[in-house]
Amino acid sequence: MRYFPHTPEDITAMLKTVGVSSLEALFGTIPADCRRKGELNLPQALTEWELNHHIDELCGSMAVSPEYKVFMGAGSYEHYIPVSLNHLLSRSEFVTSYTPYQPEMSQGTLQAIFEYQTLTARLLGMEVANASQYDGASALAEAALMAVRISRRKKVAVSRLVHPHYRRVLATYLTPTEYEILELPYLPDGTTDLSSLDDMDELAAVIVQSPNFFGCIENLKTIGDKTRSEKTLFIVGFSEPLAYGMYKNPGSQGADIACGEGQSLGIPRSFGGPGLGMFTTLMKYVRNMPGRLVGQTTDVDGERGFVLTLATREQHIRREKATSNICTNHSLCALASAIYMSSLGGSGIKTLARLNYDKSEYLKGALRQAGFSIPFKQATFNEFVVQFKDGFDKTYERLTAEKIIAGLPLECYYPELANHYLLCVTETISKQDMDILVKKLK
Amino acid sequence: MKEFPGTTGLILNEPLLWQKGKKGRCGFSMPRRDVELFPVDEDLVGDGPDFPDLSEIDVVRHYTRLSQWNFAVDSGLYPLGSCTMKYNPKTNERQASRPGFAAAHPMLHPDLCQGILRLIYDLERFLVEITGMDAASLQPAAGAHGELAGMLLFYAYHQSKGNPRSKIIVPDTAHGTNPASAALCGYQPVAIKSNAKGILAPEDVAAVMDEETAGIMVTNPNTLGLFEENIKKIAEIVHAKDGLVYGDGANMNAVMGIADMGVIGIDVLHLNLHKTFSTPHGGGGPGAGPVCVLNHLEPFLPVPRVILENGRYLLAENFPKSIGKLHAFNGNVGVLVRAYSYIMSLGAENLKKVSQLAVLNANYVKEQLKDTFELAYDRPCMHECVFSDKLQQANKVTTLDIVKRLMDYGFHPPTIYFPLVVPGAIMIEPTETESKEDIDTFIQSLKAISKEADDSPQLLTEAPTKCRRRRLDETSAARKPCLTG
Repeated sequence: MRYFPHTPEDITAMLKTVGVSSLEALFGTIPADCRRKGELNLPQALTEWELNHHIDELCGSMAVSPEYKVFMGAGSYEHYIPVSLNHLLSRSEFVTSYTPYQPEMSQGTLQAIFEYQTLTARLLGMEVANASQYDGASALAEAALMAVRISRRKKVAVSRLVHPHYRRVLATYLTPTEYEILELPYLPDGTTDLSSLDDMDELAAVIVQSPNFFGCIENLKTIGDKTRSEKTLFIVGFSEPLAYGMYKNPGSQGADIACGEGQSLGIPRSFGGPGLGMFTTLMKYVRNMPGRLVGQTTDVDGERGFVLTLATREQHIRREKATSNICTNHSLCALASAIYMSSLGGSGIKTLARLNYDKSEYLKGALRQAGFSIPFKQATFNEFVVQFKDGFDKTYERLTAEKIIAGLPLECYYPELANHYLLCVTETISKQDMDILVKKLK
Repeated sequence: MKEFPGTTGLILNEPLLWQKGKKGRCGFSMPRRDVELFPVDEDLVGDGPDFPDLSEIDVVRHYTRLSQWNFAVDSGLYPLGSCTMKYNPKTNERQASRPGFAAAHPMLHPDLCQGILRLIYDLERFLVEITGMDAASLQPAAGAHGELAGMLLFYAYHQSKGNPRSKIIVPDTAHGTNPASAALCGYQPVAIKSNAKGILAPEDVAAVMDEETAGIMVTNPNTLGLFEENIKKIAEIVHAKDGLVYGDGANMNAVMGIADMGVIGIDVLHLNLHKTFSTPHGGGGPGAGPVCVLNHLEPFLPVPRVILENGRYLLAENFPKSIGKLHAFNGNVGVLVRAYSYIMSLGAENLKKVSQLAVLNANYVKEQLKDTFELAYDRPCMHECVFSDKLQQANKVTTLDIVKRLMDYGFHPPTIYFPLVVPGAIMIEPTETESKEDIDTFIQSLKAISKEADDSPQLLTEAPTKCRRRRLDETSAARKPCLTG
């Protein structure tokens, strides 16, 4: 097997040094009643060429572009990824290295993550970013726990327009705690109804997502103003950070924590993972922040370098008193997003964001003109909700058979929204694709 | 004079991203605009982020140079104990990047994604077979996330029995994520010590196990590289008081095809796919931390679960006792594809060989170095062995100095100062993918360094000298944090 360098001669020589007669004899400390009976029952080992063929067969059943036109976002977005990014990301020195606990021989990872932290903080208008979490959902859960620690309060108000999966993950994290989730409903315009906030006291945090699950931009400034003089923390989540290439960022609207999913920024969808939990906050809260942090310093020669820092927050130092249990993060995904953000640049991200917006507006307008209802009036970014007539599921099925996925049905997440579909348009969808969709929907 | 791998060479300086570039440059092929500009709400629109503008070659040179400052498994031996830095097969990368998987939306109708659902279903079964358990969830995104899942399973189980418990037994050799994960579920850790042989004694567990204790978190093989020989008896003691046994499977690389975690009495076990199952560490992640359980805990597993019904794979939510969702979608599927490819490439016989050769390599290192460095426990080890700096202290050099000098010889340091029970611990895990000759060179390097400790200790205290940077001031970094540029 090509991953085993040992020859029979090597094994013989090494067994002699160790002083045992066989490989089996190395396991003398394992009691008989702890052992498995019989060999492992697994498929026969495949050659590299058989494995390629087998995987390609599995892939053959998958509905992906360009064969399929998939008008779905809902937390997982198709954006173009430059080949230069894949090329750089596949460099062994990035892929096969470990967490940079030995900084002298890991300056590549350390500077790259310091740059990622900086770009992320700038994108969201915040003061500090960590070196990443697993995904938008766990980032949000950790944000809620952080707010509870800082405010010493037990209730969090969460908008119903935060991604339904993120809300479920938050509920899972809070199950064994005494902390309570209070739900904020939504308004007919597609934004969060903040009216009940005034009746809620002793809140650790108010949590909204922007763009929200319906694709609408939330009234962040209103919440920011309400919570500014309060102990309550304002947490802004997101699942499509490209929106901040165009819309006002959470930091400028008073967010205390801005966190969410960074998959849009140069990471393939990959059936939902690995993604990128982006997490940012203000410097005054940094010692309560979960996750790894890279900081700048100098070496004994006075040269600038980077190290993991403020580790006293973390599990390997503080154990049960740590700010989180997180160890492995999503370093390579963070690197991908940094390469993406630096390839796009400040000018490029504005252009690309605006293109997403305009394409999505084009489809909205075309659907309206064709007589379909766009129920939520609030501004959106690259996704929006369409209300179809009863029986649309037949049309949806017909379109699926023609390899067009006309959005995500919302009824299972919002039972009051039967026949409502969430459609997403990114720069990967052409005007022609959209014209064909509208024509087939009529 | 033997030639060691460590040398100097021309690597290049590279500034920070925002110290480069010029306004108006772009490293991205902007997609064609085929629609007009639409009106925007000016109150909502911002100025966009202050990113540098870079050309494609600016970006390519930047990251190429940065990569050259890193040491990696593909550079040389990376013997971090408990991390299992084995070779990362490149075929895994090819499989994970196939568009059929890489471009797939996670909320596709099951009819449109049978391939990936089948892969997840099969991988669950492979891991269950390898560990000797009954069922699995591949949703947790990392080992610590799997530990959280395990603690949530404990919580749900004890709630269902009407006796929520408040404590959990954690050995002094446990990885920091163990008590941290327990604390997230409100469990108070109760520490127990390992005995003189470096393993847990049943009587010590019996002394603290009661009806207020949810169970025990045990790493087996443990972080000293030793098999917990009394584990079956310990499991019985915990079970007798209706407690549960959590197995931290980070060290699974030592026992595949050999130990049976189910038969041992482990109720929940997590695995680290980025350790045992060869998925790359990526500079810190992503990984994956699936949990395997015995039958009585299966109803509590996270949802959705992949089921097979009438020949079709489906994602099912209908498990009323489930602890719920832990990840936005289905876990780190891209990582799962890599682990699946690894298992399909090796097969049963080779997976067992992995463990045999990993344990052979570690015992060989142990035997070759035990006269040079103090061996913490002079007993047969599993896939890793633990030394300390006790013999070198007379020269006023520490574990830190020893391993920093190892960089100049061309190796990544082993794990240091962990587990906490061995002061000055040096934990070496070669893994099975290292050749005898590379291990011999590593051994000779450490012997040479030990001699340097006697003759010229400043070579150690001033090391490393051949890396891009010399020792960095971690104290100032923490005292005056500069976390963004």
